[in-house]
Formats: sequence, structure tokens, C-alpha cells
Amino acid sequence: MDKTVNQKAWFLVLPVFLVVAFSAVLPLMTVVNYSMQDTFGNNQFFWNGVGWFKELLDPSTDLGGRFLASLGRNLFFSLVILAIEVPLGIVVALSMPRQGWTVAACLVILALPLLIPWNVVGTIWQIFGRPDIGLLGYVLNAIGIDYNYVSNEIDAWVTVIVMDVWHWTSLVALLCYAGLKSIPEAYYQAAQIDGASRWAVFKAIQLPKMNRVLLIAVLLRFMDSFMIYTEPFVVTGGGPGNSTTFVSIELVKIALGQFDLGKAAALSLVYNLIILIVCWIFYTVMTNAGAERKPQEGAA
Amino acid sequence: MTVTLDHVTRTVDGIPHIRDVSLTLESGTLNVLLGPTLSGKTSIMRLLAGLDKPTSGKLLVNGKDVTGVDVRQRSVAMVYQQFINYPSLSVYENIASPLRVQGKPRAEIEARVAEAARLLRLEPFLKRTPLQLSGGQQQRTAMARALVKGADLVLLDEPLANLDYKLREELRTELPRIFEASGAIFVYATTEPTEALLLGGNTVCMWEGKALQIGETPKVYRRPQTLRVAQVFSDPPLNLVGIEKKNGSVQYAGGIAAPASGLYSSLADGAYRVGFRAHQLALANGETDRHAFHATVTVTEITGSESFVHLTRDGSNWVAVLHGVHEFELGQTLDAVLDPNDVFVFDAADRLVAAPAIAFSSEVRSGSREENASTIKVS
Amino acid sequence: MARIDLVDLAHSYGGNDAPQDSFALKPVTMTWRQGGAYALLGPSGCGKTTLLNVISGIITPSRGKILFDGEDITPLSTQKRNIAQVFQFPVIYDTMTVGQNLAFPLKNRGVPKVEIDKRVAEIGRLLDLEPYLNRKATRLTADAKQKISLGRGLVRSDVAAVLFDEPLTVIDPELKWQLRSKLKALHRELDLTMIYVTHDQTEALTFADTVVVMHDGRVVQSGTPAELFDKPAHTFVGYFIGSPGMNILPAEVRGREARIGGHVIALNRSYDKLPDGAKIEIGVRPEFVEAVAPAPGLLSAKIERVDDLGRIRFARARLGDAKLAARAPAGFTSPDGTAGLKFDPSHVHVYVDSLLVEGAA
Repeated sequence: MDKTVNQKAWFLVLPVFLVVAFSAVLPLMTVVNYSMQDTFGNNQFFWNGVGWFKELLDPSTDLGGRFLASLGRNLFFSLVILAIEVPLGIVVALSMPRQGWTVAACLVILALPLLIPWNVVGTIWQIFGRPDIGLLGYVLNAIGIDYNYVSNEIDAWVTVIVMDVWHWTSLVALLCYAGLKSIPEAYYQAAQIDGASRWAVFKAIQLPKMNRVLLIAVLLRFMDSFMIYTEPFVVTGGGPGNSTTFVSIELVKIALGQFDLGKAAALSLVYNLIILIVCWIFYTVMTNAGAERKPQEGAA
Repeated sequence: MTVTLDHVTRTVDGIPHIRDVSLTLESGTLNVLLGPTLSGKTSIMRLLAGLDKPTSGKLLVNGKDVTGVDVRQRSVAMVYQQFINYPSLSVYENIASPLRVQGKPRAEIEARVAEAARLLRLEPFLKRTPLQLSGGQQQRTAMARALVKGADLVLLDEPLANLDYKLREELRTELPRIFEASGAIFVYATTEPTEALLLGGNTVCMWEGKALQIGETPKVYRRPQTLRVAQVFSDPPLNLVGIEKKNGSVQYAGGIAAPASGLYSSLADGAYRVGFRAHQLALANGETDRHAFHATVTVTEITGSESFVHLTRDGSNWVAVLHGVHEFELGQTLDAVLDPNDVFVFDAADRLVAAPAIAFSSEVRSGSREENASTIKVS
Repeated sequence: MARIDLVDLAHSYGGNDAPQDSFALKPVTMTWRQGGAYALLGPSGCGKTTLLNVISGIITPSRGKILFDGEDITPLSTQKRNIAQVFQFPVIYDTMTVGQNLAFPLKNRGVPKVEIDKRVAEIGRLLDLEPYLNRKATRLTADAKQKISLGRGLVRSDVAAVLFDEPLTVIDPELKWQLRSKLKALHRELDLTMIYVTHDQTEALTFADTVVVMHDGRVVQSGTPAELFDKPAHTFVGYFIGSPGMNILPAEVRGREARIGGHVIALNRSYDKLPDGAKIEIGVRPEFVEAVAPAPGLLSAKIERVDDLGRIRFARARLGDAKLAARAPAGFTSPDGTAGLKFDPSHVHVYVDSLLVEGAA
């Protein structure tokens, strides 16, 4: 070290290390321990090695079949909501006012769904969509659409997706709005002077400048939807059948429904690993995109 | 107090930032670090402040080795290029903050803040917050805070660089007065030769981490030991032309021969480079002098009081300065005339071998104080 | 390509009913000729950017009209005004190449491709951007990017005017004079009306044929660089143009004499009937005051310091309460801290309430 400052400050970080060790590392190790064992209750455990992990990845077994099926549902769900929420969020952000009191009003309205606890969101839609007493379900049936999320798989999916779009498009819109706000006024003036059309302004200025926040939005929405639990669980409980059983719901079924701690531990480790890998991919893509832009940003 | 850098070198990641610099700073002196960006000025300041440790060499205070002593135990104040103030505190509290840290009694704080505010003409603004001030006032606040601390060593790193030129002009003329009123060692980094000249004191001419020449400012300006020093200490850039002296005449590069009059007369035969600042090049039309060159105007920069005429001649770019507003057509040909008595001549090793005659008094210090103003005489 | 007339133009951010003192741009009427190079010069907050934005249509003026070639364009939007503008910070379309950036204003207006290619090639050549035409604009330095912004401003040959809003702010000092001379050469070559806003006197005086000096929302003088230096119409111009600025000294003026604290300074012209109660000052540039050894008949001043700029020396003197700068000729010394001041009568101007007054011959 060339600095004349000493290194004693590191001791001040020690409590954080201890807290992290007790709150994260030790529980994780417990899970790793469980994932290698089988139990029949009574606190009796038997060594099973990597047996659960083998089963998890083998679709012919019960555990593997359930895991891979729910994983597939999860991925499909994430892709669908991204395909809807990202373009919709951009459109909402673009149509928001840029100044005046209406900005605050729009922000409050947008933020409202984000402030509702997740299980409440689930409950709202669970009731809203019921054909007997729910406004949505009743109206749909009254105009002749046979809608019932309890019995019909497609209806259940549509409900879960519409609910997520309702709940989370605001987040994408807010992020995009922040990105749009960071574009200097000079860009719009220059485009006006250059005679650019609305579409040209979007393509040449707004979209490129939103690039980074869009990546963040996609990352957040993907991770969130990939770990989704509460809302679909409250609305459909994973049904009808297993049609809306996502990985986290499956995990809870195995861990708390069947009390298969070993299987559940192995599943949660693999689940965790998938999330970490996806996170890392996103992070790499984002920092690369950032690095590409760096030299000129520094200069500008 | 004296602060000494003794053969100090600093290397970061294998890149030398400071190469073997030795210099001594005395109490009550103003020392200008003059050099282009990345020449090592800020590195020297950080070493002096104790923020960085030299890779080799020693830092002495009053002859005592303090290399590696914590910065907080030294009496140092620093002013940066950016205006750094506490945004939520009033100007008064900003200036008072170092005294509060030192735990000075209330009456003393009041007196010292009032004194600093008076010196920097901040009295009307003491109740405002920095964000309500102009850039110049904000920078003066930062300077007042540095002064009020009563530090033995005050470091100013291009403090005027971010200001409008009119403000820069005003603060420049006030700075020497402020420095004189304090007994500390001042170190002032700048890229601008004019600023160094206005401040006076001593100048350390920096280039690529080396201290090329150290001395009284007017002396370094008028007697640059090497071509590089002359270049660093010239704005606009130093004009150059090669000459060959033979048999009592000089042959300029690009084909003009003239009798070896003036400074050329004492040179031994051989090849030299002649350097001359913008004001040492006269412009005329139809000049018959033997040291006149045909040069083409590329642009005329008008600053208001002066016009800088940029010229090209035989592949090199020259600049001449004229007082007042003068405009020339682009591409116009002018006669650029040299006075063989008013040039700097450098030998093949770029060392100064001849310069315009000037009598230096041993008393020359700043060249700007009234009692010293008389000591620079052009003979 | 157009003549621009400003007719009783004024703007207030507080609306037309606000007191006129608070107007960001106070009423101005002037004409800018086709093909001229103009600079709007003044410190920040002087109203120069407001005036520029009024011309470009970003701001609708609260009062007055703007005419392009006699046609009133005040109600027209920016797009319909047929002007080009270059901003303080580079505006670059990130996803496009340099060439596409330059072509953008032409493409949007449906100019034929052959024409676009020709024009882009020409502007690329003039701005030394040829090697980069096919490269992505994002990866370039700030200098190159600002050149692209300049190029987009200059690419259309049919614009009424090209407006520059402090375009060299982000440029390295060493490159500034290169770009300045480039702009000047471009002005000659392209025959466009150019209006250049800046707070930097060197930029304004170097670029423009006519410099419009603004102060506190008002146009205080419009003239050639030489006029601004020789005959400032307002004390602010004297102070702002030139370094050091003009000496402004309160004085009593009668006939061909100005009196400062009992000393007499000769004037070249005769000033009679100056209004009573007005603020009377004389202004003289430091270049036209010489500090010499004290002698009878010369104004005697206290010398506080002598600034040695290498090529010239200025004595900082004090005359009663007033401070002034004077040229210190070679050999000037002041052992006892006093000196005599020699004024050049042909360069001593008289100001009444800050405005220049022409005397009688």
C-alpha cells in the first residue's frame, strides 16, 4: 500500500461478517446437509449422497418429472410476462407527461399496484375473477364467455398472467420513465431541428438511451417472475391440476406438504443455482454493454 | 518552516508519476508548479499533503523525516479545481468548519472568520449557502476555509481553472495580496504561464514527472535553461526555427540567409534551434530586413486587447501577437520579422546558449510587488 | 439563407405583464444580414441564450416579431422555421454511423439519396470526419462528437440560419482554436448566416464579423471587434471586452476637461451640457494610460503592484478610491510607490449613466 493511512478500519466491518455468517452461510450449509440425506420423520436421517440431484435431472422419476415440468411452466410464464410488460411499460412511459403537476399524479397512480402486498394482490384477483361474486368473472360469463379459472387451465393461466401484468408493468414503466427523464432536453430540440418524426425520435434517441434501464427492468422482472410464489398460490393454488404449479410452489409442496426435506433441499439448491447463473449472465451482459459505452461517456 | 522533497520518486502500477524531484519550500513563499496536464503537479501536491507516500526518496519538514506520517497530523490545507464546500452550511460556517474541528474558542473563530472573509471579499455573503453563490464566490469560500485553518502548508490545485475568464482575471490580481498577508508556504499548480507570471514567487517547471527548472518566476521565464522549459513557459506555444551558423552568417531552415548579427554573433559555427515567443515576432508588410520570413495567416484570434495571428511558414506553425484588434484575411501572406537581439538560441542538446540580455537583481522575487517592481530592468 | 429582423422583440418568463426590469430579454430591434457571422456575447444570465431560443422557436417571445427575409415566422414551430442549431454538448444518435448522423436532417426532409451522399461527403471533408463516416458515432471522443453535431448543423444548404449555443464548451483548449478557425473557414465557404452564442470574448471576437454584446437582458452594443475595443458604447462593454478591462473612473467633465479629485485630464472632444445629477464617468483602456515617473502636470497615483505578463507590464494604481491599470513601459520603476499617469486623450471616453457620449469636435 502506498497510502499513508492505516488499515484498522477493517475491524469495523467484522460485525457484518459475523451477521452474514449466521444469517446466510450457516442456514445454507444446513440445506446442503439436508440435500444429501433422506428422512422418514422422527429426526432420523439416512445418507443419500447425490441421489436426489440425479433424480431431479431425470424426467422419468417422479421428482425429476415434477421439477422439470414446473421449471418449464416457470420459464414460459417469465417469457410471456416479459413479452407483455416490457413493450407495455415503454408505451406507458412514453405517454406520460414530462413536466407539470400531472407528473406527480401519474407517478402515484403507477406506484399504487407496487405498494400492495403480494398476498393481497392474489386475494384481490382471486375474488375479482370468481364467476359467482367476482366482478370480472361475473361480467365475462354474463356476456357469454365461459370463464372459470378454477376449472379451466387456460383461464387460470390468463388470470395469473393478467394479474402479474397489472401488478408489475408499473415497475417497468417507472424505470423507463427514469431513463427517458435522463435524456437532455437538447436531444429533443436537436431532433426537432433535424426534422425527425415521432417514430425517428423513438428509434434514434429514446430507445438507445433507455437501453440500460430496460436491461435492468428485464433482469428484475425475470428474476421476480422466476421466483413467483404468493400470487398464483393464492389465486389458483397451483391448479387446476398442476397447470399453474411453478417451481417455488412445487418446492413448498414437497417440503411442507410431504415433508421430504432431502428432496426439497436438493431442489432448492438447484433452483438457487439456476437463479445465480441467470443473474451472472445478465450481470455480464449489462457490464459489457456499460464498458462499451464508457470511453465516450467519460469524454462527454 | 521548510518542507523538502529529497530525490522523491513515485511510481504507480509501473508508470512513473514523479521522477527524482528535489525541492525546498520556505515559509512565506509562493511556489508555482507550472506544467501541462499530467506533468506531475497534482502528484507533487499529494506527496506534500501526505496523501501519498513516495516510492523512493524522503519528505522532510524542518529537516525531520516525515515520510509516511499520517496526513491528519500535518498542518496542511488544500483547495481543488472543483469548488468543494459543505452545501448545507452557510458561508460563515463553511469557513469556520476547520476551526470548529480544532475546538477553538468562539471569539477566536469569529475573529478569524471575519479576517478571512475580509481578505477574500466575502463579507456580504456570509449568511448565504454556497449554492446561492456564483462560481467565483464559491471558490473564494473554499480558499477562505483553507486560509483560516492557519495551516503551515497551503496547496492550491488549479483553483481558478473552472471560473469564467473575468472572474479568473479578478482573482488572479487579488491572490498575491492574499498570499502576502499569510505567512504560510503556498504551492499553486497551474497550466497557464500567464498565471505563473502574475503570481510571481518561485516557479517549478514540470514536465513528465520531472522538475525541469526551479527558480524565481521571472528568471525561469526569461532564462529557460532548456528548450522544454521555454516551451512549457510559453503561451501561445513557443515558435521555433532551425538555423545553421557558418562564416559569420546564419542560414534559416527553409532558405533565408542573414548576417549573424545580434545574439548570433557570439555563437560557434554549427546547427542551432531558435525559439521566440509570440511577442518576439513582429509583423510587417514589405519588410526588407534580412531576418524576415514570408508566412501565411491561418487564423487570427482576437481576445479583445490582443490579436494572436497564427501563421504557417515552411511547414511550421508560428504565432505572433499584436496589441489591439487586428484582422487578417485567411491565406494572406505577411512578413514575419525576427530581432536577432531578442530570441532564445538552443544548441543541439536543446540547452540555452543565448538569450536576450536582461539585468537581474539578486533581489528579484515576485516581480509584482511594488518594492520589487523596479528590480527588473531591460538593458 | 435569409436576412433576420428582430422587431421590438422581448421575452419575460413571468409573462408580458411582469415589470420590464424583470424581462429576461428586454425589447430589441435589429437586423442581421444574410450570410453574416454574428456572435451574441455576455456573461451567464445576460439573456443571450433566451434570444437564441426565441430565434430557434424553442421559446415563443412575449412581445415582438421575428422576420426571416421579411416574412413573419414568430408563430411557426422550430421544425417549420428552417433553421439549424448546434448545442453546447454533443447530440449524437447513438445507433447510427457518423455518416448516417450527418445525413439525418436531410433524410427526414426527403432529400434524394444522391444529393444526401454528395452533401455528407462534402461536410465530412470540411470537418475532417472522412475517416470516420462509416464508424459508429458513440465510440468517438467528445471533440469528434461535437464536430458531428456541427456537421449536422451545417449539412443543409437551404437553412435560414445556423445557431451555435456555446459549441466549444466540451472541446480541449488546444483544439479550440483549430475548431474556431475551422468554423470561420466554413462560414466563408458555405455562405450561411451564422449566429454564435458564447460567454468567451476570444471565441466571439475571433468568429464574428459583428459582435452583439448583451448585459442584463439588454443589447448594449453591436459592432465589429475593433469598434468594441476602441469605442465601447457602454461601460459594461469596456469592462467585459479586453483583459484587463477598461478603467472606469468617476469624474467631473466640463468642456475639454475631465477632473478627478482636482487633477485635470485633457479630452479630445468637447462635452458641454451634460445632464445634471447623472453619473458621469470617463473610460480609458489600460493600453492608453502610461505609468511614468511622477512629474508636474501629470496625474499622480499610488502604485500598488506591477504585473509582469512577460510581453507587457501593467501597473496597478490607486487614485483616491478608484483603482486602475496602466501600461508600464520598459524601464518603468516606482521606488517610492507613486507614479505619474499619462492619458492618451484620443482614447479617453465619457460615459453618462454608463452610456457613451460623443463630444463635439
